[in-house]
Amino acid sequence: MLSDRRPILLANARIIDPSRDLDIVGDLLIADGMIREARKGIGAAGVPEGTETVDCRGKVVAPGLIDMRAFVGEPGAGHRESFASASQAAAAGGVTTIICQPDTSPVIDDPATVDFVLRRARDTAIVHVQPMAALTKGLNGKEMTEIGLLKAAGAVAFTDGARSVTNAQVLRRALTYAREFDALIVHHTEDPDLTGDGVMNEGEFAARLGLLGVPRAAETVMLERDIRLVALTGGRYHAASVTCAESLEVLRRAKDAGLNVTASASINHLTLNENDIGSYRTFFKVSPPLRAEDDRKALVAAVGTGLIDVAMSDHNPQDVETKRLPFAEAAAGAIGLETMLTAGLRLVHNEELALMALLRAMSTRPAELLGIPGGSLRSGAPADVIVVDMDAPWIIDPNELKSKCKNTPFDEARMTGRVVRTIVGGRTVYEFA
Amino acid sequence: MTIAPKNSFVLSRRHLLGIEGLTHGDITGLLDLGEEFVELNRQVEKKRTSLRGRTQINLFFEVSTRTQASFELAGKRLGADVMNMSASSSSMRKGETLVDTAITLNAMHPDIIVVRHHASGAVELLASKLDCSVINAGDGAHEHPTQALLDALTIRRNKGRIEGLTVAICGDILHSRVARSNIILLNAMGARVRVVAPATLLPQGIERFGVDVANDMREGLNGADIVMMLRLQRERMNGSYVPSVSEYFHYWGLDQKKLAYAKPDALVMHPGPMNRGVEIDSIVADGAQSLIREQVEMGVAIRMAVLEALSRNLPSA
Repeated sequence: MLSDRRPILLANARIIDPSRDLDIVGDLLIADGMIREARKGIGAAGVPEGTETVDCRGKVVAPGLIDMRAFVGEPGAGHRESFASASQAAAAGGVTTIICQPDTSPVIDDPATVDFVLRRARDTAIVHVQPMAALTKGLNGKEMTEIGLLKAAGAVAFTDGARSVTNAQVLRRALTYAREFDALIVHHTEDPDLTGDGVMNEGEFAARLGLLGVPRAAETVMLERDIRLVALTGGRYHAASVTCAESLEVLRRAKDAGLNVTASASINHLTLNENDIGSYRTFFKVSPPLRAEDDRKALVAAVGTGLIDVAMSDHNPQDVETKRLPFAEAAAGAIGLETMLTAGLRLVHNEELALMALLRAMSTRPAELLGIPGGSLRSGAPADVIVVDMDAPWIIDPNELKSKCKNTPFDEARMTGRVVRTIVGGRTVYEFA
Repeated sequence: MTIAPKNSFVLSRRHLLGIEGLTHGDITGLLDLGEEFVELNRQVEKKRTSLRGRTQINLFFEVSTRTQASFELAGKRLGADVMNMSASSSSMRKGETLVDTAITLNAMHPDIIVVRHHASGAVELLASKLDCSVINAGDGAHEHPTQALLDALTIRRNKGRIEGLTVAICGDILHSRVARSNIILLNAMGARVRVVAPATLLPQGIERFGVDVANDMREGLNGADIVMMLRLQRERMNGSYVPSVSEYFHYWGLDQKKLAYAKPDALVMHPGPMNRGVEIDSIVADGAQSLIREQVEMGVAIRMAVLEALSRNLPSA
């Protein structure tokens, strides 16, 4: 079944294709690893011989998700997550392409390592894996990497992962140089000095817990600076993870000015807030930190309007040993590949966000920004497709999650809606019975 | 020999992790019980037997002289077997995690563990892994409940009440667990609380704690019944939070001139250890309005009260 590459007809589905604002009831035909067509009434008569017909009974069929920010442990931390385990989690969560991050050991900062990642993923992963490469050598924030050669080797964007490049001259030159290769620079906007020893959002709640806060200005100061550098250089820039309402104003001005600026928000920041930390629950410690409810609402609205282009998982597997510690000493990060869609569906069910907008931010926009195939159900697009039962109720059991680490903030959470089939390159790689 | 105090107050919880969550009745009950122990502690025969057979472990991950000594005396006077463990001698130095330490100690069947830790929330984390009663002796910048209780007892004995008093808490509020526990307790008991500090030493959001905020000592101390000074750590004095010791003392150190802004019968407190000449002048610290030595005495009494009240919940035989 898993290696079956017969044509598939997804019949009687609600077909949603954000790449052309399509939302129809109809059939989708997949053959030879590609989307053949999506329309009303293809029916059993219109398919090649041997086609597997799936009656979707009104379930949603959409492009497979492209998760633009996920940490996978390979190379160097395979005990936390391997391409195999990450891809199993991804498939179960409807993610058909993982964009892995370069802050590994060794750092993905030379073409040989990009090549290693691509080959290793090809041999072990059941979904597509595409790496971002480091923006600076060794993530040291000082010297730019071989942007041209790395891109030629298969790097889809350039980032220093969870680190910010504090030296404005380095970022300026990288933005300038990258133009030659039309390379996208993805930047974590968190000023390390303003962040200091902060471990959660600065404000009343941090003060009550006796924890040092991270001010919103740690993000906006860096983002404002970056926008000025984009204006100076004309580079192509993507803010890796914005978290607060003030950042949206900065983004709006940049976009209104016609700058080549886009942004992501993590599913954590779209669905959780600082109050979820409760009494020092370290599974809610992420970087940048969860902000206030007003910030969360503003982020969701911005995904709705497209001001925030991408919603990503910020998947970051952490062991029990790095999480079962006092809050300030615990590692930041949450897993998310398997839960990003179902968590996002909360927003849809609560009528905070349209399904089309959610799917666009999780598939079409990442494909466009990274210049990779996918994110579309047009004829000829790769057959990376998911089937979603919008109404299936379930409770997240960490032990059933496929990731090697179980640090999910949705531990025991009640969800509505789940992926029931994931198809990658025309093959069904996950099916929920 | 008296066996048990007259007061039969029971704290209806297993742990004392903070002032947060205690009711007016809980606090009053502990203060009343504390009063009895003040009298007991002034007698020649100070021994009680209510904790006889019980094991109390003082687990201090952060160096402390007075709090640890105070808890040790309190436990011994109630008849407990008291063991002290400090970070320098424990396996924490060998890389054992906090949770593993908790599991190890738990296997030794202690009845009460008193914990101090440098990280906020660490005591709560430990308590979640232990079967015995846990008392927070200070966790990071979060809470230090027995300090707030002993401060309250000191205030009540000297002013006859807490309700309606104006209490100015001055100094490094940002890093202070003493300030947090005191703000919560004093608010619960109906006092009016002010915090007075340079803005760099105030946490963001402090105005939402139900306190008045002042950056200036004249404004902050005006009409105060109690002036509570906080310790300023040395590493925070040299340009990171305030420019220098002399500038800090000039504007925020408590001397006789600034104390005169408060009510004429205002009383001065400090949780100790003091930095004389930094946050408080010696003349004030040792003066007639100072309650600082009495606070130490109340510390032993209130810790006996907490141990006694919690032990009444422990399973017996």
